[in-house]
Parts: sequence; C-alpha cells; structure tokens
Amino acid sequence: MKGIIGKKIGMTSVFESNGKQVSCTIIEAGPCVVTQKKTVETDGYEALQIAFGERKEKNTPKALLNHFAKAESAPKAVVKEIRNSSINKQVGESITVDIFSEGEKVNVIGTSKGKGFQGVVKRHGFGGVGEASHGQHDRQRAPGSIGGSSYPSRVFKGMRMAGRMGGDRVKVKALKVLKVYPEQNYILVSGSVPGHNGSIVLIQNNVG
Amino acid sequence: MEAIAFVHEQFNTKKEFPSFKAGDNITVNYKIVEGAKERIQSFKGDVIKRQGQGGTQTFTVRKISDGVGVERLFPLYSPNIESIVVNKRGRVRRAKLYYQRERFGKSARIKEKKQATAK
Repeated sequence: MKGIIGKKIGMTSVFESNGKQVSCTIIEAGPCVVTQKKTVETDGYEALQIAFGERKEKNTPKALLNHFAKAESAPKAVVKEIRNSSINKQVGESITVDIFSEGEKVNVIGTSKGKGFQGVVKRHGFGGVGEASHGQHDRQRAPGSIGGSSYPSRVFKGMRMAGRMGGDRVKVKALKVLKVYPEQNYILVSGSVPGHNGSIVLIQNNVG
Repeated sequence: MEAIAFVHEQFNTKKEFPSFKAGDNITVNYKIVEGAKERIQSFKGDVIKRQGQGGTQTFTVRKISDGVGVERLFPLYSPNIESIVVNKRGRVRRAKLYYQRERFGKSARIKEKKQATAK
C-alpha cells in the first residue's frame, strides 16, 4: 500500500493523445511529512503516519506540536495513516506526488458533499409509487409500504427511509492517473472524486 | 483556477486559429480515424454559438445538408481539428443564433459584414 494526502482543486477535461476528451480532477497532493512509523512490536500493526496541509502554531494543541517537532516539521492540518506502507521512509522525510506514475490505477477517498435531508428517491434510488394519472395523487416520490401489519407488526432495522444524505466517507476505485506534475505537486485523475473543491482526499494505489 | 489553466497549457497543443464568432461562415477541417487510416473531413457552415472558456471552449457549426439542418459541436482545442478557415464574416446582433433553427431558405441567410478596406 502506498498513499498520499491531497486537496481537491477542481475538475476540467483534457484531450488524450488519440484526440479523445476525458473529464479529470486536479488534486494538489503532498508533500506529506512522515511523522511516525508504527511497528508490530510497539503498536501491534505496521503503518506510516503522514501529515499534510498548513496549520497555525497557535491553533495547534501542545501535544500535537511536540509530535510534529519530533519529525522536525511545522504543524500540519491533517494526519493520516497508511497501513503496511510499501514506501520506506524515515520520520521527518517527505512523500511527494511522484510515488504515482502515469497510467496507474488509484483509489481516492474523501468526504462526499452534504445533501441535507433527502427523500428515498434521491437517497436510495427508489422509483416512487404508482402513476401520475388514473386518480393517483401525492404518491410520486413516496417510499411505499415499509412492512406488514399483523406480521411482523414492526419495521425491520435498517429499513431504507428518508434522512440525512451525503457527508459520508466515500472511496472511488480504479481511477486512472492521467498525469503527474511533481514540481507543482499536481496529480490528474480521470473522472470525479468525492467532496467539494478544497476538501481533503486520500489517494491510494489500487490493489487487486 | 491557476491549476486548471496550468493543466490546459500543458495539455493543449498550441494551435493558432483565426478569430471567428457567431454568424461567421467557416470551414472546419477535422481529422477522422478509420481503423488505421486517417483522413480529413471538412465541415462548412455558420457558427451559431461559441461556448465556454479556457481550454474547454467549444463552438457549434450549422449547415443545411440536402435540405436537412445539421449541427456539429467542436471542442476548440481538440487535437483532431486540423485547421479552421473563415470564409465570410456575418453581421449578426446576437451571440447565440438559435433562431436559425426555425428558419430555412431565404430568411436563414446571414448578411455579410462590410469590411473596412484600406485605400
């Protein structure tokens, strides 16, 4: 596993060499500082802890400040772990976007845009009930029956209903890396990634 | 925003096109790949709209082919566009000439713009 933390910049489209226009997302990824190495002996599992983004010193808790000081780094905004990292870096060293190469497949993890309180049609893809005419009314986006009356006489747990939508952790798999610009720390991936512009995303290599 | 402009600068082949706008009659020479072969197809008609900005700009060309209106949308920076030739400058009062879709024959003509010529 290898990964890097980045910031979603925005979407656009570019032309491939064969003239095909593909939509893509620009992500400003890294450089990430390695702040800790977790090992089986000390922590029970292998992981590389990396940090990204700027944070003011006065807004950083003392404990974190000292944690970053161990890596001889300025305070960072986001700290994440990469399990079983295939990249072997020491504490204090930085990971840059050139760990990924053009044509590689990556997974991108982010927090999806909040949609507020949504009905079942938008939230779960229900079809609504019935027709628009033949005397039916006020049922077009309704969920329909949510269970039997005499048996089971209750609503099953996990019944899909209306409610808060979005704002969840979402992983988009197997996006193609279209281009990497190590100087600018930009990485171009095909298609869309979760979240609004400026949100934090984690890019991992796609295993299997 | 600078990031998007930067990416387009890196990707887009820097081709020079003549400036044209809605109402102009142009010929677009477009590369078409058929299997292994490649040929150039030209599409001649009136520009009815230019849309977008930066590297994702597009324009729409409309022509009447065998009495049937045909519209084609081209991305301006597509590597498949070989060249663009401006045949005529049109005098129009709008940026988007959607009203052309309801017209045919004489009323669909676009007046040519009178160019100032240096003596």
